[in-house]
Amino acid sequence: MSIAPSALPIGMRGIEKRFGSVPVLRDLNLDVEAGEFLTLLGPSGSGKTTLLMILAGFVRANAGSIRVGGDEIITTPPHKRNIGMVFQNYALFPHMNVFHNIAFPLKQRGVAAAETAERVEKALDLVKLQGLGERRVDQLSGGQRQRVALARAIVFEPRIVLMDEPLSALDKGLREHMQIELRALHRRLGMTTVYVTHDQREAITMSDRIAVMNGGRIEQLDKPESLYARPQTQFVASFIGESNFIPVECRNGSVWYEDRRIHTAAATPAAGQYLMVLRPEKLRLLATAEPTSGVNVLNATLSDIIYQGDSFVCYAVLRDGRQLTLRDYCRSDVLAKMPAPGQPVSFGLDAQDTILVAAD
Amino acid sequence: MGAQTAVMQENAGRAGPDLNTQALRTDARRESLRLLALLSPSLLLVFAIIIVPIGWLFWLSLFDEAGGFSAANYARFFEQASYIKTFVTTFKVAFIVTGACVLLGYPLAYMLSQLPRRAASICLIFVILPFWTSVLVRTYAWLVILQRKGLINSWLIDLGVISQPLSLANNLSGVVIGMTHILLPFLVLPLYASMKTIDTDCLRAGMNLGAGPVATFRQIFFPLSLPGLASGVVIVFVLCLGFFVTPALMGGGKVNMWAMRMEQTTSLYSNWGAGAALGVVLLVVTLALLGLFQWLLGARATGVWSSR
Ligand SMILES: Nc1ncnc2c1ncn2[C@@H]1O[C@H](COP(=O)(O)OP(=O)(O)O)[C@@H](O)[C@H]1O
Ligand SMILES: [Mg+2]
Repeated sequence: MSIAPSALPIGMRGIEKRFGSVPVLRDLNLDVEAGEFLTLLGPSGSGKTTLLMILAGFVRANAGSIRVGGDEIITTPPHKRNIGMVFQNYALFPHMNVFHNIAFPLKQRGVAAAETAERVEKALDLVKLQGLGERRVDQLSGGQRQRVALARAIVFEPRIVLMDEPLSALDKGLREHMQIELRALHRRLGMTTVYVTHDQREAITMSDRIAVMNGGRIEQLDKPESLYARPQTQFVASFIGESNFIPVECRNGSVWYEDRRIHTAAATPAAGQYLMVLRPEKLRLLATAEPTSGVNVLNATLSDIIYQGDSFVCYAVLRDGRQLTLRDYCRSDVLAKMPAPGQPVSFGLDAQDTILVAAD
Repeated sequence: MGAQTAVMQENAGRAGPDLNTQALRTDARRESLRLLALLSPSLLLVFAIIIVPIGWLFWLSLFDEAGGFSAANYARFFEQASYIKTFVTTFKVAFIVTGACVLLGYPLAYMLSQLPRRAASICLIFVILPFWTSVLVRTYAWLVILQRKGLINSWLIDLGVISQPLSLANNLSGVVIGMTHILLPFLVLPLYASMKTIDTDCLRAGMNLGAGPVATFRQIFFPLSLPGLASGVVIVFVLCLGFFVTPALMGGGKVNMWAMRMEQTTSLYSNWGAGAALGVVLLVVTLALLGLFQWLLGARATGVWSSR
């Protein structure tokens, strides 16, 4: 990954925002490295847009500090922040054609006509819209509008680019295509990017790091693979990937589920109540004869099997009534030992895949 | 056996190339007839209250005072200077009033569009309130305020701003003030509605891309409010052309507008043919203006104006 020379780090400290008396952002701290692709991921209403609006300068925070490369910008008016933004509905100017939309930021900066034409041409090239400069905005498809919005946000080489769910209006195929293109574009230009989405798969596909937001706070900030492998809270574990939880207890330096000892690879946490995270694809069906040392075994009753062609999903119920889900590929050895619904099954979970999180 | 085969062959032959074309065509025709039947009451109404009177008006305009068939009623417009003067006055008043409405109405609509919802709806009531009072009453009220010994002149003299009363009523300025007041809501309401539809994200995008508040207004808000402004201007202008009460009362006989001319011709001189011709000319001019605006707006929509 190349870092653009103009890319700058962002440091947010103690950001507070209330609408009336409702707190929307609470003591939020976040550092974005220069040239990084950072995603704010969270459910609807978690304050992602609000944070982006505060970064862009459209919403005034109640407290906090935002430093961009050392300069405090929290009171800088939006047009002086030099931050590019891609809006969720694109916000293209309907009374201008594609060329004038993209040339707009250059015009504001007094760039000469010849250079403007050249840079707009280059931006159009970059987003693969060569030759569409004269098109009216309403003659473009959703995907093309998306590209124009993107070109407009990067043509003036801003220090930072913000994107608020830019792909949510596109259909699935185009969305996945654009994810890869956006990622490639970021690799090429290396601008500091803050990206907002509520789609965990999109976040994992695109980001260098992900900040998981919940109720106006950042629950966890990590690389996608660490976030998936080592969630720190129940919220993160359930929001990223699928999970079932069972309650476990830590006492005397070991972990217990009911009267059974649980093996963990990580150090045993302090005494107290925890939840064990069970990812469907980390569980496997055990034949009764298999040795089980170092493997946590969960005995349950199979309630349903759903074939999905390449894979299958088993639903089982533990003795205490909790649901378990297991997903595996349809290999003949697995299918051979598949019990029928209603029969007892044993699910195995390796110690290094055993994750404990604090109960919310 | 032989008969059966023949029937089957006939059926097969019909199903092949034909495929119910005839039945479907009949069905479509029946459906449009049914739609026409549903529309007929309103079509009849339109015919009875618009087409028939206008046709009658046109018919009347083709007869002179003696009842003879002639084009004299139209020839008169070109022969008599007073008609041309009335025509010019009418357009002059319409231009001035429309201009005054734009100057007053645009900032008002802009302010309304920027207010929070509640405050905006309260202010809108004040804009609409005058609609509930008759034009006649409002015009007389302006007369009381503007006349030589009216409120404004006596205040200004009491304050020592002026020594001689200003002539505000019974002339062109009185007409313009009165008509502007009455027509302002017709400009503000469509303009406000169109300003409300401007996407705030577009304005934010403008600022985000480096345009300050003034540049954002000039390059984004104003162009996007133009369609609303245009429809307001058309409504006000067209209403001006046919305005009667206010110029008649506030003009002091000095401002002769087209509608007043019609009134004189029909009730004073009882020349229905000439009055009808005046009406036809006003109608044609108005329709031509509307067509022109439509064409300009259409041209705008297809992007002729868009690349500046
Ligand atoms: N202008 C506003 N006035 C009042 N409440 C708001 C406003 N904007 C957002 N909110 C509230 O703030 C919370 C966070 O909103 P938002 O930042 O849009 O969340 P997200 O983008 O993560 O879905 C929501 O509960 C929303 O209702
Ligand atoms: Mg949002």
